Amino acid sequence: MTKKRRRMWVLLLCGLGLGSATALTLTAFQDNLVFFRSPSDIAAAAPAPDRAFRLGGLVEAGSVQRETGADGRPTARFTVTDGAHAVHVTYTGVLPDLFREGQGVVTLGKLGPDGVFRASEVLARHDETYMPPEVADALKRSGHWNPSQGAAPPASSWNTLEPRRDGS
Amino acid sequence: MDTADAPPLAGPAPARGGSLHRFANPGRFLRLTGRLLPWLSAAALLVLAVGVAWGLFFSPPDWQQGETVRLLYIHVPMAWLAMGGYVGLAIGSVLALVWRHPLADLACRELSPVGALVTALCLATGSLWGRPMWGTWWVWDARLTSVLVLFFLWLGHAALVRAFDDQERGARMGAILALIGAVNVPVVKFSVDWWNTLHQPASVTRINAPGLHVDILYPLLVCALGFTLAFAALVLARVRAAVMERRIRTLQLAAARRADSHPMTAAPKGAEV
Repeated sequence: MTKKRRRMWVLLLCGLGLGSATALTLTAFQDNLVFFRSPSDIAAAAPAPDRAFRLGGLVEAGSVQRETGADGRPTARFTVTDGAHAVHVTYTGVLPDLFREGQGVVTLGKLGPDGVFRASEVLARHDETYMPPEVADALKRSGHWNPSQGAAPPASSWNTLEPRRDGS
Repeated sequence: MDTADAPPLAGPAPARGGSLHRFANPGRFLRLTGRLLPWLSAAALLVLAVGVAWGLFFSPPDWQQGETVRLLYIHVPMAWLAMGGYVGLAIGSVLALVWRHPLADLACRELSPVGALVTALCLATGSLWGRPMWGTWWVWDARLTSVLVLFFLWLGHAALVRAFDDQERGARMGAILALIGAVNVPVVKFSVDWWNTLHQPASVTRINAPGLHVDILYPLLVCALGFTLAFAALVLARVRAAVMERRIRTLQLAAARRADSHPMTAAPKGAEV
């Protein structure tokens, strides 16, 4: 075995060891690496009432109610859903620009004894689609997509649409 | 082991190295890259000008993000280069450790500051984008955290290879660090698939059609090509400068050694240099 070949084997073995160690560690910490929990996770195992955690999912269509509290601060009530389960959320404060029905959100807060999640922070979650306004309008008008109901239709159906033709 | 290797090594040495060592000759490297670099730089400038103009002025806004979506044309190429560059660093480190390729050490050494720069730009533009869209500058989700680790790996490599008086030792330590850090690259790439994150999953490289409309996708691809060419030109120029620096140092050392061994005859020669 030449020196070069030996160095290659040592490197390969080290890489293999390091790779499996990393994979095992990441698998072991799987639960802690999750940024938010879904309503189904909450339904399966509700966290302790005094423990803060992040709840993520889509804002359910038709669930958003905005009101102004006694101190003049805006309060929003909405439902976060993942299709299978849903959790009611209340939040007092200013919502991010992207917040709307059908949008993904991640909220930080505590689950009250009444099952309502009291959020102290609401972040909007963007999905992986980008489209010009004209294309979005065309999809909405043709009935292919209602943004408040959830994600856009498969990208292959719109990502080469001519915005001019369907738009203005 | 060494004795067994000795006869063939003493034989036709260049043939054994094969194509890998063709560019190891610094003179040939400087000649070839000297001819290549102006063209590479010109191509980078041209493609970048087209891509940036297309992205900033001639592409549509996003239906819900508005004009903010134009950060995409810088943020995404920087993210790709941060990861692709690190793959390059890992390959260079293997070449340096296993084949002892003489230019691989230098290339890795000159690559890491540029890699740190693009990763910093990726983080900065991402933060500027996150504030208006997500509602926060920063969160500790798996994607953002693993990219921050990538940034520290770049910085650590740049610092480590320069921390030793013996350059070869520094290069070896740097190569080991680079290869250990390589486990982070798949973590960065797949963090958005393995765990739920605030960052959205991949748009361009997903299995079904890209999630971007072509009017946004095409300028993005042109920008990515332009930034990649610029990255390559920058690194190549740095490696050339490093090769020349090393040459000067070798000449100076040789002159000093001559002056030491023949103080009488070397003195006038030293003055010429």
